[in-house]
Amino acid sequence: MRVVVDLTKCQGYAQCAFLAPSAFQMQGEETLLYDPSPAEDAQVRRAAAACPVQAIQLDRVAAHDMPLLGVTPGVGAGRIVIVGASLAGLRAAEALREEGWSGSLTLIDDEPYGPYDRPPLSKQALGGHIRPDRTGLPHRADLDANWLLGVRALGLDLPARRVQLSDGTAVPFDRLLIATGVRARPWPVPAEGALDGMFVLRTRDDAIALQQRLLPRDGSRPGRVLVVGAGFTGSEVASTCRSLGLEVTVAEAARTPLEGALGSAIGSIAADIQREHGVDLRCGVTVERIEGDRRVRRAVLSDGEVLDVDVVVAALGGLRNVEWLEHSGLAVGPWGVACDAGCRAFDVNGVVTDDVFVAGDVARAPNALFGYQFLALEHWANAVAQAEVAAHNMVSDESDRWPHLHMPQFWSAQFGNNIKSVGVPTFADEVVIAQGSVADRRFVAAYGYKGRLTGAVAFNHAKWLPFYKRLIEQAAPFPPEFDRVDRPDDALPVPAGVPDRALLARDATVVVTGHRPTLVRSIR
Amino acid sequence: MTTAVASVFNAVLDPVNRHDPYPLLTSLRRTPVTVTADGTYVVSTFDAIAALLHDPRVSSADISDLAEKSSSGATSDLVGLPPSFLRLDPPAHDRLRRLATRPFGPPHTPHRVADLEPTLASLAGSLVAAFPPSTVDLVDQFAYPLPVQVICSLLGVPMADEPRFRAWIDEALIAVQPDRTALADLAQYLGDLVDQRLSALSGPATEPGDDLLTALATDSGPDGRMSRSELVSTAMLLLIAGHETTVNLIANSALVLLRQPVWRDRLLEEPEMVVPFVEEVLRYDPPVQMLPWRTALDDIPLAGTTIPRGASITLLLAAGNRDPEQFPEPDRFAPDRRPAQHLGFGDGIHYCFGAPLARLEAQVAIAALAPVLTRARLLEDPPEYRLSAVLRGPRHLRVALG
Repeated sequence: MRVVVDLTKCQGYAQCAFLAPSAFQMQGEETLLYDPSPAEDAQVRRAAAACPVQAIQLDRVAAHDMPLLGVTPGVGAGRIVIVGASLAGLRAAEALREEGWSGSLTLIDDEPYGPYDRPPLSKQALGGHIRPDRTGLPHRADLDANWLLGVRALGLDLPARRVQLSDGTAVPFDRLLIATGVRARPWPVPAEGALDGMFVLRTRDDAIALQQRLLPRDGSRPGRVLVVGAGFTGSEVASTCRSLGLEVTVAEAARTPLEGALGSAIGSIAADIQREHGVDLRCGVTVERIEGDRRVRRAVLSDGEVLDVDVVVAALGGLRNVEWLEHSGLAVGPWGVACDAGCRAFDVNGVVTDDVFVAGDVARAPNALFGYQFLALEHWANAVAQAEVAAHNMVSDESDRWPHLHMPQFWSAQFGNNIKSVGVPTFADEVVIAQGSVADRRFVAAYGYKGRLTGAVAFNHAKWLPFYKRLIEQAAPFPPEFDRVDRPDDALPVPAGVPDRALLARDATVVVTGHRPTLVRSIR
Repeated sequence: MTTAVASVFNAVLDPVNRHDPYPLLTSLRRTPVTVTADGTYVVSTFDAIAALLHDPRVSSADISDLAEKSSSGATSDLVGLPPSFLRLDPPAHDRLRRLATRPFGPPHTPHRVADLEPTLASLAGSLVAAFPPSTVDLVDQFAYPLPVQVICSLLGVPMADEPRFRAWIDEALIAVQPDRTALADLAQYLGDLVDQRLSALSGPATEPGDDLLTALATDSGPDGRMSRSELVSTAMLLLIAGHETTVNLIANSALVLLRQPVWRDRLLEEPEMVVPFVEEVLRYDPPVQMLPWRTALDDIPLAGTTIPRGASITLLLAAGNRDPEQFPEPDRFAPDRRPAQHLGFGDGIHYCFGAPLARLEAQVAIAALAPVLTRARLLEDPPEYRLSAVLRGPRHLRVALG
C-alpha cells in the first residue's frame, strides 16, 4: 500500500499517529514522519479517514475511495504527452482523467522508476526509518497511461508536434505538458565531484547511495560529514546526520541557514537550533576545494581552515531541467519555462502558446498576489495545484480556463522542529514575531513589505498559519496591530534580512524574478 | 442581524427543538454571523467557523472584564480550581495540553490509544451479549457503559465510584447554572484520588499504575509537572468530556443505523465502512453542537460584518457541518462523500483532545452493534433528548429486539 501525506495541509493534529502508530510517527510536537509504503492495514485506512485536514492519500483502488471517472464525450480525441513523471506529472495525469479526458495519455521520465515522493528522502529515508526505494506516490488504479520510463526527452519540435527521445524515437502529441522539474546542482569542480564520498540529494538513487554511506556498516560509521549549503535540503541532511549520531559540519556562504528562503532574521534562529543540536555550523564561508585520493579526505574552507571529512553532501540548490527545450522556441532559461497564470507556455517572443503547458518546479508564472511577479516555486503544494490547473486548461474551452492563483506554501522538518511557511517571506523588508516565543521554539513570524503582510513562517505553530494565509490574501497591513493571544510583549519589527538576488538564485525556495519572460536570460 | 434571526437561535437553545435543530440551523446560516439579544455573536457557516477556530484574536479564556457579560458555565472559579486547558489561551493552554498529552499519545506514548482496540472490542462484545432478549435501551446498556469504563480505566478512576460521580456530573451538566456543590464534590473526589497516587508512590515499593492520573502526578518532562490543582482540573475535564461526548457519538450513530437501515446493511457487507460512517456521523449529527464562551480580543471583520472587541462568540459547529458550500446535499447522510473535512471535533489548537479515542470507541462500538440491529426496531422516534443544547444526544434509545 502506498501513502503520501500532503504536509502542506498537515497541521500536526497527530490523529494518524494515535490510530496507526506503526505507520505514522510524531517527532516533537507537530512534525509527522511516516512510512510511505506500510503494510496494507485497517489502521492506516482509519488514520487516513481521521485526518482533520484530509491530507493523507492512499492508493485509490476501491470504489468508495474515489469518484468514478465521468468521461465526457468530445474531449477524448487526441494525444496528450506529459514530460516528467514525478509529482506534477502524475497529478496532472490523474486530473486529466478526472476531467474526463479519454484520449491517449503518455508519461515520459528519464528515471526508471514510477512516480515517487521526494520529501521523505532527506528525512525518514536517509535516517534509515524507511527504505529510500519505497516512497512511491499513490495513484488511482485506472489511469490508463503509457509509461515511457528510463528515457530522456532530448528535444521538442514544436512545428512538427513531436518530442524527441534519447532512444532515437519521437513521440507525437496534440497537447504537451512540460513537468521536468529540477535536478540537484552538481559540485562545481567535476574532478572533486567524482571522488568517493561526494554526494548530492535529489533522486531516489542519490538517497540510496547516501543512506548506505551514513548508516553504520559492520559496526563502523563514517567520520565527519560536511554539508555544503544550509538551505532546506542541507539543513535536513544535517538534522538526519545528527539524529544518527554523526559529526556534522555545515558550511554556508550566507549569514545564516535558510537565509535564501526565510531571510537572516529568522535564519539566525535556525542557526541557533543547529548549534543546539551539535552541528558545527559555519556561516559566511565557502568551500575552496575538496581534497582526496580517490576518496574524500579533506575540505579547505575559504577562511583557511582545513577539515578532515569522510562524506561531503553538496546541497547547492537545483538546476531546472530545461536543456532539452533550448532550441524549441519556448521562453526558457535558468529560471525555468515561462508560462501564463493558466500554465500555457510563452514562446521566446513572449507570445503565449495554445497547446504547450507547464507545471511544477520547472514553471515560472506570474502571481497576481505578489504584484504579478513571475514566481518559480520549488514547492510540493505548488506542483500539485499547478498540475491540476494545467490539466483542466488542457482539456477545457477558452471560456473555462482556470488561473493558477496559488498562495505559496512549504514546510521543512529539521531537528525535531516543524517549519512551515505561507506567502513569500522573501518578498519582505521587515519581520516581526507575531505569536509565541522564539526561546521556546514555538512561534509565528509575520513578514511585511512596505506596510503590507506578505508572508508568515511558523516554527512548531502550524495551526495558526491558516489565519495568516487569509490575511495575506486580503493584503492586510503590516505589522499586525490587533490584540491576540500569546502576543509577545517586546516584539518589534526588524529587518527581514532577505539576501540579494545572486544568493536567491542559488538556494531560494521562492524566487521573485522580474516581470517579463523575455528577460529570463539576463539574470545569470 | 434581525430579531427574527436572533430568535431562531433562541429556538435552537429551546429543548422543544432538541430532536431536530437542523432546519433552524439552515435558517441561521443565511446570516453567517448573527447577534443575539444578549449580544452574543453566533457564527454558522463552515468557512466563518473554521476561520475563527484559527484566529488568534479569539480567546477561549473566561475574560469577564473584557466581555460585555460574564459567561456562564465555566467550571473554573466556581470550585476554586484553575481553568482547564479548554478555557485557557496559549501559552498556558499549550503547556497544559502538552503535559496531558505526554502519557496519552504521541510522541511520548504513541501506542496508548491504538492498543486499546482489543479491549474495546471485547467490552463492546460483552455489552451486546448481555442485551436482554426483548427490549434494550441502547444508551443505558451500550452507549454509556462502554466509554465510561474506558475513561475510568484510562484515568485510573475506580469504576465502583461511577454512580457517585455520574450523579455529580449529571447535576452539573443539566443545571442551567452549573451546580457548585456537585462540581466541588467531584473536585474533592478527584483531588483525593490524586493524593492517593502521590502517597502510594512515596510508600514502600508499590508498582505505579499505568493510568493517566498516576502518570500526570509523577511524570516529569521538558515542561515539568502539573500542579495538584492543575491536575485535578485536567482530570475533571477528561472525566466529564471523556465519556459524555462519546456516549452521544455512539448513540447518534446507532440512531442513524436504526433510521436508515441501508447503512446497517452496508456495514455488514463492508466492515471497513465503519470508519467513514463514524466520520459522517460526526458531520451529520455531531455530539458537540456548538462551542460557546469564546471572546473577541479585537474587532474581527468576518462575512460582511464585524465582531466587536469584547463580544462573546458562539461557534455553531453543527450548522457549519451542514453548510452546502462545503458539503453538497448536506442533509443527506453519505459516508462516501469526499472531501470529508468536518467540524465535529472543532479545529485549531483546541481540537478535541480525546478525538482519537472517541473515534476508535465509536468505530468498535458500531461494528459490534450493527449485526444486532438487523432485528431491532426503534420504539420511540424521535427519542427523548438530553436537555443540553451543546452536548446533543438521546437520553434513551429504546429498541425492540425480535
